[in-house]
Amino acid sequence: MNKTKATLLASAATVLATTAGAQEISDDTVKIGMILDLSGAYSALDGQGSIAAVEMAIEEMGGEINGTPIELLTADHQNKADIGSNLARQWADQENVDMILGGANSGVGIALQDITSEKEIAYINNGAATAALTNENCAPETGLHWTYDTDALANGTAVAMVKEGKETWYFITADYTFGHKLEENAAEAVTANGGEVLGSVAAPFPTQDFSSFILQAQASGAQVIGLANAGTDTQNSVKQAQEFGVVQSGQSLASLLLFLTDVDALGLDTAQGLTLTTGFYWDQDDAAREWSNRFEERHGAKPTMVQAGMYSSALNYLKAVQEAGTDDAKTVVAQLKEMPIEDAFARNGRVREDGLMVHDMFLAQVKTPEESEGRWDYYNIIRTIPGDEAFRSLEDGTCEAIKG
Amino acid sequence: MMDLLGIPVPVLMGQLLIGLINGAFYAVLSLGLALIFGLLNIVNFAHGALYMVGAFVAFLLLDILGIGYWPALVLSPIIVGIFGMLIERFMLRRIADLDHLYGLLLTFGLALLLEGLFRQVYGVAGETYAIPESLQGGYNLGFMFLPAYRAWVLAASIVVCAATWYLIEMTRLGATMRAAVENADLVRAFGVNVPLLVTLTYGLGVGLAAFAGVLAAPIYSVNPLMGSNIIIVVFAIVVIGGLGSIKGAIISGFLLGLCEGLTRVFYAEASNIIIFVVMAIVLIVRPAGLFGKAA
Repeated sequence: MNKTKATLLASAATVLATTAGAQEISDDTVKIGMILDLSGAYSALDGQGSIAAVEMAIEEMGGEINGTPIELLTADHQNKADIGSNLARQWADQENVDMILGGANSGVGIALQDITSEKEIAYINNGAATAALTNENCAPETGLHWTYDTDALANGTAVAMVKEGKETWYFITADYTFGHKLEENAAEAVTANGGEVLGSVAAPFPTQDFSSFILQAQASGAQVIGLANAGTDTQNSVKQAQEFGVVQSGQSLASLLLFLTDVDALGLDTAQGLTLTTGFYWDQDDAAREWSNRFEERHGAKPTMVQAGMYSSALNYLKAVQEAGTDDAKTVVAQLKEMPIEDAFARNGRVREDGLMVHDMFLAQVKTPEESEGRWDYYNIIRTIPGDEAFRSLEDGTCEAIKG
Repeated sequence: MMDLLGIPVPVLMGQLLIGLINGAFYAVLSLGLALIFGLLNIVNFAHGALYMVGAFVAFLLLDILGIGYWPALVLSPIIVGIFGMLIERFMLRRIADLDHLYGLLLTFGLALLLEGLFRQVYGVAGETYAIPESLQGGYNLGFMFLPAYRAWVLAASIVVCAATWYLIEMTRLGATMRAAVENADLVRAFGVNVPLLVTLTYGLGVGLAAFAGVLAAPIYSVNPLMGSNIIIVVFAIVVIGGLGSIKGAIISGFLLGLCEGLTRVFYAEASNIIIFVVMAIVLIVRPAGLFGKAA
């Protein structure tokens, strides 16, 4: 009997020891890999600024977790899903990367979600907008979506405009997964609030000249022309809509996804009055201002919501690794779901079961040149949209993995 | 309202006009490219980058020196043209006797270098260049609102294309240029400074690219990638027109603009490949291009 007991104890100890072994940080580094647009249409809103933001998060942790150094790898996906996928596979197989931070471009974002979930690497996306990341393409055990999504953009801007009485819509949509998802979500929000969608046109990504699409939108007679695009596409379409007298002729322009860098590039003369939804504004409160000033000193520009989201997600990931004492993807992701997310970026944040980081969003309007006190002073925050209202509810979501 | 293939006629007319205006950019750019290829036998991959530089020079003239749009329309092509002549004199000439491939590689490298340089300094968010005051507003044509600036782009491009064509095909200087291509040694024997002629031609082609860049600056955001977005299409247009054919480049520039405009109405998703589809068809039916002479 005693002998059996001893064996039992011994095996229990062995099991514990093995598990404890697995609970350590693998290959003595915490490796974060960033796959983002460093050269194309989205590199201003994401790009080098995002890298600077993540570096700030790593420095805040002192560059190490309990003595284990943190390492950062970065690469350009060139807005091509195959390039992004190859990078992720290579990093997973050869570099033993522990977590991948995905930047703008939903096409690449979804590709990375599949690979990281297969390779069991933690994955946090900040730049991609598509709500598919926590719905039909969800991977709740490894993949998180942090900064914003197409649902939140639609629930902010589209709902606000329909409530103002702007009920008929025509969409100019970037012709890939992001644009279509944004259009779909915005159209749902419009019709759910009593509005009507008169039509849409899919513009290739990226497009320089939108005049032909603007003409079609004008001919539709819709009250609102909804721009379901981003980055330089947004800049060109807003600029050209003004040139073609869209607003003068009585139509409204809704830029469903507008970043601070877009407004900076367009200038307030052109961008003034646009309604937008954002997950972060550098001037939202003291904590955001303080961090954003430090960011500006380093990067030379105020952060966009994507860049601030990159900081927040990297910081919280590292804290979760510290807390859990391991860089095992599923354990860290489970740990993140237990933590309240509150930092320079997020207000009332929490990571939901399906991997969505639900937090307060802001409905804002671009200031007039007279209202603005200088460069980067661009938004009036009209309303704080509580996270539960901004994002799609868990019940309405389509993430199969958690519906079981 | 009358419909044509399910599209109201006024809408269609608007789209045709827009297509023509976009075609104007293609025409000016492909003209410069065809000029350089026809007279120098150089596949100028730096053309898109020089178009971008043209737009940036206009932006910098305004930003640093306060020089406005109209002077920039003349100054920028001259500045970029001189820059082009220096490239020809000190780089391209050294490889003139080698295979075409080397010229292509050199100009491609230059394009990457220029884009990288501007990206490093200005980022990719783009800079804003306002439409000159005298060309703000527009005309209500009944079927569409035509911004005054677009009308100006169309008019200016047609004039520049016609003038260039006249210079090459109808003047003594143009005749000498063409003769120098056919038989450089013979022309030199008549006392013509052929190397100078070549340098000037490259400068002219590059100047045309810069001119298109200035025209584009107020419409598109001035950004380091603007050249690489358009250059591939322009190459396809030159191929469709017939390599080296001046008339072919101009006509196919406008035609393909129209073709792209119509695609945007009927099947917008295909609008960025339609030009290549046309190119493939033309190459099958007429391998030398629409206006090219069979080799």
